[in-house]
Amino acid sequence: MNWGSFSEFWAMNGYAWYVWGSYGVTFLFMAIEVILLVRTKRTLVQRLTRISRMSRE
Amino acid sequence: MQIFSWSFWWQYSSPKVFYPVAGKMIPWFAATAAILTVVGLYFGFFVAPTDYQQGESYRIMFIHVPAAWMSMLIYLVMCGYAAIGLIWNTRLSHMMASALAPTGALFTFLALWTGALWGKPTWGTYWVWDARLTSELILLFLYLGYMALQAAIDDPQRAARASGLLALVGVINVPIIYFSVRWWNTLHQGASVTVTNAPTMESSMFTAMIVMTFAFWAYAIAMALYRVRVVILERERHAAWVLEMMEARK
Repeated sequence: MNWGSFSEFWAMNGYAWYVWGSYGVTFLFMAIEVILLVRTKRTLVQRLTRISRMSRE
Repeated sequence: MQIFSWSFWWQYSSPKVFYPVAGKMIPWFAATAAILTVVGLYFGFFVAPTDYQQGESYRIMFIHVPAAWMSMLIYLVMCGYAAIGLIWNTRLSHMMASALAPTGALFTFLALWTGALWGKPTWGTYWVWDARLTSELILLFLYLGYMALQAAIDDPQRAARASGLLALVGVINVPIIYFSVRWWNTLHQGASVTVTNAPTMESSMFTAMIVMTFAFWAYAIAMALYRVRVVILERERHAAWVLEMMEARK
């Protein structure tokens, strides 16, 4: 075990900005990619569903 | 055996056949990515010891190196699909190539970003025009150029061919990135892990890095499959099977 306490873990021995800046941005951007992609898909499916409904009427 | 016949594999080059297959594969790759990320982070923060030279800042390595590897690997895979698409004119190959580009660009950006944040405490600067860093930045521009060119041409077939060609010309940059630390005198350190040599680091550090690499790999596959389904729906929106599927949704 490397850390005595949570605050020690969070401080990263003075490297907090570098370490958490890297991990934070990495997982934030990956999450954003997922969210954007899911939203794009949903919008597209809604649009296509509307078109297919219109074309049948 | 079915798997040894051409026609068995050939059917998957049809967007219609591939669409549901990709849909079934996505949850598995997504789950693999999530599990491996948890395991990798556990190893990276709680098992791997503090580096005697760099202190805790070296823990950036567990995402920096996988992101950098993925940025190059995705580019090579993208070029592979683009080449297949250009040679055999298979539409799905072009679609796969374009589905990989944004994720590749993301990993390239993350490699640069985490590299900058690792460079500051290690070298004293966020950025330097060193061969490794510069060629990785060019890789980001290649991804962005590929995506921009594809978006700029209206006819999807012409867009696919033009951007595929651009990707293939740019592939020369990948070995330049990889070997830059050997060819030039760079600030960036040499490879700690190569195909031919044993890793020159503690085994728990190596484990954390490899597990994170597979996590990013699974993530990239899940994203590419998800995005290719969006591309297929968009391009095939007039096809009977898409219309039928949309009908069935109501």
